[in-house]
Amino acid sequence: MLIYLPIAEVSVNAFLLLGLGGIVGILSGMFGVGGGFLMTPLLFFIGIPPAVAVATEANQIVASSFSGVLAHLRRKTVDIKMGLVLQAGGLVGSGLGIFVFNYLKSMGQVDLLVKIFYVVFLGAIGSLMFVESINTLRRTSKGRAAPKRRKHNWVHNLPFKMKFRVSGLYISVIPPLLVGMVVGVLAAIMGVGGGFIMVPAMIYLLGMPTKVVVGTSLFQIIFVTAFTTMLHATTNHTVDIALALLLLIGGVIGAQIGTRIGVKLKAEQLRILLAVMVLGVCVKLSFDLLLTPRELFVLGTAGGH
Amino acid sequence: MRFVYIALALLCLTMPARAEEIVLGLSQDEVAITATFEGSRILIFGAVKRDGTETAEGDLGVIITVSGPKAPITVRRKERRYGIWINADAVEVDSAPSYYSVSTSGPFESVLKGVEDLRYSITIPHAIRSVGATVEDSEAFTEALIRIRSDARLYSTFVGTVDLEEDTLFRTAINLPSNITEGNYEARIFLTRGGVVIDEYDTVIPVEKVGIERWLYRMAQDNAVLYGLMSLAIAVAAGWGASAAFAALRR
Repeated sequence: MLIYLPIAEVSVNAFLLLGLGGIVGILSGMFGVGGGFLMTPLLFFIGIPPAVAVATEANQIVASSFSGVLAHLRRKTVDIKMGLVLQAGGLVGSGLGIFVFNYLKSMGQVDLLVKIFYVVFLGAIGSLMFVESINTLRRTSKGRAAPKRRKHNWVHNLPFKMKFRVSGLYISVIPPLLVGMVVGVLAAIMGVGGGFIMVPAMIYLLGMPTKVVVGTSLFQIIFVTAFTTMLHATTNHTVDIALALLLLIGGVIGAQIGTRIGVKLKAEQLRILLAVMVLGVCVKLSFDLLLTPRELFVLGTAGGH
Repeated sequence: MRFVYIALALLCLTMPARAEEIVLGLSQDEVAITATFEGSRILIFGAVKRDGTETAEGDLGVIITVSGPKAPITVRRKERRYGIWINADAVEVDSAPSYYSVSTSGPFESVLKGVEDLRYSITIPHAIRSVGATVEDSEAFTEALIRIRSDARLYSTFVGTVDLEEDTLFRTAINLPSNITEGNYEARIFLTRGGVVIDEYDTVIPVEKVGIERWLYRMAQDNAVLYGLMSLAIAVAAGWGASAAFAALRR
């Protein structure tokens, strides 16, 4: 069934969009990522103009993460307090990120710098997480108890301590604020929600339990993407509500299924899968940079950067 | 642009009275884009009216072009530097139609002379206007534009698809693809003799979104804040709905 999208101004197959939304929704519910990294290139591929794809995507992620959060709330695996602290840092970070982005843009070739940076960053995070989870899994399978990942380090000696009951943490608010801020900066520069960086950061830097991380990440993604949606809708008028609706019907259902799959998996298995996905995105991005593109020319509206 | 028309008008005045003229009909004089728009087929047909005076030399030909709204566009070329592919040179094409099709009654050699093509901007390369390109081999950029748009079925050339009967009646069907945008589409019909244009007939086919398409589009433009909030409300409602439905299923 073909549907003509009022803002994107192209005809697309409705079932294709439902399916895409569903797959990305499953990943979202499982790992606590928005899925923008995956959806955006897919939308480009089926012919949605880039500006519309990026803006509409944000709106769809609001839906799937909201759906996922509700499922997690029922299981009490959302640390709302931590989410709000991360969010506070994230808002400052986004503001800063937009500032940094414009500064870099004035110097030219910002996209490229960001992409290279991202490849290195994702590669490092992905590999570390993969090795760590494999080791943990191997140790537990040999019968020995998994060692506690949460060690006492300098992070625990900072002031302004706060209790995060759901995560079972009593730590200073400074690290979560900083993590939120850094992710906010990266998200603003990359134009993605940042779930990718947030999830490993929460596990390894803050020492939050993996199960709580997914729900909490989704919780803060809702706000980031809702803000992005409004920004795009009011400045560029590029949110396509018909496209969003088709994607999010698939997305919300997928998120529910994803959450259930996630709960059934062991924390280590979840981390391995997440690591594989992070590495996959890394490989994909580096291919884009290294392989000879099929079409050397790209069209853009005149007057753009 | 206007002075070109005036020049053309003057040119027409100085020409002798036309012995052969186009009389035209369209199967539909507008295209409505609905939510389930899957493209549209427009029949363009007509006849050649003769006033009995002597006709020009050569064989009769009919060329029909349909052009979407024109807009400037930037074409960028990727280049490998330090081992990675980046956007390097760019060429601004001053004016390129969003959609363009040319249909003819016969091969171009017999229905259109190169100089006439240049004057009336009939074939695709001539319909795109690109002046003041500062990059070397700027033709490669316009060629790329044509290639990309042709792959998207937006630019096309149909040789011999105009039926011409008894040198009098002509008829063709234009299939507008489903990825066309709104705007006034200009249809031009050229009558040629020996490859020289002897009459031109222009008409406009408005392509417009209707119904909910139009309503949503206008709202996104005029009431952006409300539109954004509506999008968010739908997202939240759907998220909640799915969650509630799954919770009910488990019980």
